[in-house]
Amino acid sequence: MRLILFSLMIFCFSGICSFFFGKNPRVANMMGAGGTVMGALIGLVPASIVLWTGRIAEFQRSWQIPYGSFSLKLDALSAFFLLTILILSAIAAIYGCTYLWDYRNRKNLGASWFFFNILVASMVMVVISHNGMLFLMAWEIMSLSSFFLVTFEDEIKSVRQAGWIYLIATHIGTAFLFVLFILLAHRCSSLDFTHFIASGVNGTSLTGTAFLLAVIGFGTKAGFMPFHVWLPEAHPAAPSHVSAVMSGVMIKTGIYGLFRTLSFLGRPEPWWGWLLIAVGLTSGILGVLFALAQHDLKRLLAYSSVENIGIITLGLGLGVLGLAVNQPVLAVLGFGGSLLHVLNHALFKGLLFLGAGAVLHATGVRNIEQLGGLIRHMPWTGTLFLIGSFAICGLPPLNGFISEFLIFVGAFMGMGLSDVSLSSIGVIAGLAAIGGLAAACFTKAFGIVFLGEPRCTPALPVHEISWSMRLPMLLLALGCLGIGLLSPWIISAMNPLIGNVTGLLINDIDVHLAVIVLPLQRITALSCFFVLILASLILLRRHLLSGKIPGQSCTWDCGFLRPTARMQYTASSYAQPITTMFGFFLQTRQTIHAPEGLFPARASLHTHTDDVFLKRLFHPLFHGIHRLLLRLHWLQQGRVQIYVLYVAVTLLSLLIWNLR
Amino acid sequence: MELWIDALIVLLILTNLKLIGSSRLSACIRIVALQGVLLGILPGLVNPDQMTLRAILLSAITIVFKGMVFPWLLLRSMRTSSVRREMEPFIGYSTSMLISVGLLALAMWMGGRLPLPIPLKSPLVVPLSLFTIMVGLLAIVSRKKALSQVLGYLVMENGIYAFGLALALKEPLLVELGTLLDVFMAVFVMGIAIFHINREFDHIDTDLLSALKG
Repeated sequence: MRLILFSLMIFCFSGICSFFFGKNPRVANMMGAGGTVMGALIGLVPASIVLWTGRIAEFQRSWQIPYGSFSLKLDALSAFFLLTILILSAIAAIYGCTYLWDYRNRKNLGASWFFFNILVASMVMVVISHNGMLFLMAWEIMSLSSFFLVTFEDEIKSVRQAGWIYLIATHIGTAFLFVLFILLAHRCSSLDFTHFIASGVNGTSLTGTAFLLAVIGFGTKAGFMPFHVWLPEAHPAAPSHVSAVMSGVMIKTGIYGLFRTLSFLGRPEPWWGWLLIAVGLTSGILGVLFALAQHDLKRLLAYSSVENIGIITLGLGLGVLGLAVNQPVLAVLGFGGSLLHVLNHALFKGLLFLGAGAVLHATGVRNIEQLGGLIRHMPWTGTLFLIGSFAICGLPPLNGFISEFLIFVGAFMGMGLSDVSLSSIGVIAGLAAIGGLAAACFTKAFGIVFLGEPRCTPALPVHEISWSMRLPMLLLALGCLGIGLLSPWIISAMNPLIGNVTGLLINDIDVHLAVIVLPLQRITALSCFFVLILASLILLRRHLLSGKIPGQSCTWDCGFLRPTARMQYTASSYAQPITTMFGFFLQTRQTIHAPEGLFPARASLHTHTDDVFLKRLFHPLFHGIHRLLLRLHWLQQGRVQIYVLYVAVTLLSLLIWNLR
Repeated sequence: MELWIDALIVLLILTNLKLIGSSRLSACIRIVALQGVLLGILPGLVNPDQMTLRAILLSAITIVFKGMVFPWLLLRSMRTSSVRREMEPFIGYSTSMLISVGLLALAMWMGGRLPLPIPLKSPLVVPLSLFTIMVGLLAIVSRKKALSQVLGYLVMENGIYAFGLALALKEPLLVELGTLLDVFMAVFVMGIAIFHINREFDHIDTDLLSALKG
């Protein structure tokens, strides 16, 4: 525990230092990124120890704040999330060093690093705090520091707008959490998590309400549909390494919160599982559909985060359902798949955001339609982005496959059982649909950006990114491959973690995990074989090409004499069949100027996909609230005297009321 | 002795009424100074048996600050910002007077009902302090000039001081000194701010300042 506190101190200290050295970008960069990496390395030690042994580390001090106590606890669940947070933050920090260097003359890098370090420290605090007050404070600091990171380029109007949407959404979520914790504290007369668990809230009508509050409150942070509206705004606005951290790990604190809350509520009820599965299906399928319709690379990735949160929630729902109907095998596989997908998504989504950042860094363009053919100029970025795309589509031998496989197997086990067969079929169908659509989405993203010819002449000469940005991506790609190839051992090592979440005995979990370990071993063997074949094919190609100069020539152009780069498939045309099929959900707006006459001169097609929930649900809702509140506008006179009068009258009437 | 205390308290109440009723800014500042001096004397009368060095020191500091330093600061900022010498109230003088009489009655009623941890020498101390606080608030609410709001703030603090006096035994020296320092800083800052506002905008009317709001 000491080490964790020490690493927290390093985060804060390096953040403050880089803030004060803001004038000197080189020092600020070094202090900020160096502090994050060092703090993460130190924090990884206790996290891995706890995760490996399942032993619990605690730290407790009394605290002046009412209902608060400075109690920290590192159990397997916290340690797992801590591990994910620290790994991705450290890698993103290394990347951010170079990424931010371009902004050194326009922006104060010190402030950015300050908030980055505070964000990492607060995320660590969120997953290890064991008291409601401390948790909420860390949660709030996390929201605020990430708000300042999102509004890094605050001179752009859309960035400011995104920042506001994020700030409002996250605070609405926090409001639900406040109600949740007040409810629990009212019941247990303490805000310590230990009391929540011990006093047994379960079996009362409170549990259902508390669960719903947690789903809304934590779901807003995690990005459940329809509370996801801030994600597609905030992620494109933030600098890429920040998007990677926010999408990779910050939204997972919402998932952590759900896991933690479930541990307070005792035995779950079946409808919780059904609700979570429904939420997961909605987020997953709609998330990937919206991702498919986007033109902005980072916005696409943000929607894909919603999709992956959906997959995580499907696993979670399956696990909860398994606990509710007493089917431990479902619980083990559901929770296991869900947790593993948290780590996996952090790795490959981090990789993809860093890749998108590299594209942005090299070309200055975020719109997919203007890109193309980048793999010739940026072979490393292209290959690494391809690996990330494979992983996110859930293809073997990479890690995304393993976690989805776990959930799939769990759902297939559940199909034969009464009570859960219908939901299991739903999970299987949903996961399959998500996988297929994700494949379409990422072939589009990769194919349009990296293959073909550039669709517009780039403003800058495109160049491969430097090693300091390549190395973090390489590490993440290796992580993806590593988890994919070592899956049987990793699943076995997750035993204490699953035990912590489900409350089952280690031996029972071993029995249930045995179901999956054998197929995973076969998959590993096949994957190794596949990797070997791939490597030998690459070597063969290189051997055949050695000494020859590959040339470039025109494809058959249908008799048309001068094919141009604009005759390629565009992102919209590639996605069009699917977006038309699901046009009912997407509500894509089209502006078509169709070609006319025998010799058409001008024609254009413009499509735009707004977020349906933002436009149809939240805009009218907030407009209504705004109109309602305008009626109270006469209270605001803008005079100091009037406000003092309000305060004085309130205090006096309270005093009189009390003395009555 | 009781008689003296009551007389002093009545005098303090009268200063409050005079403050709310008078139209000249400089007169108001002098009245607040007088109130400060009277308040400085009060602890000596309330607890004569406990006139330790500490209590004497506290009284002396109070008199010096409230009776001399603050009025001097305020008069100076009044002169340098060359404001008009009237209070310019939102609420007329006679109406304010009536309201403050109503507040006095309210304070008396409250003083009778407020539960206190220790018995007091004079039953009038608590009503006095409540009344002074309310008058301070009234002065802040009903006057236009930033300077008169500083005065209202000072009067309010005087009320809090008087309340603390009633419970002086329970209050450590440090708290009292801290409050005094707070007020000193506040008056100092307000004086400087008023000076700067005046220099920027050529007046210190707060209702004209509200034109700045977005």
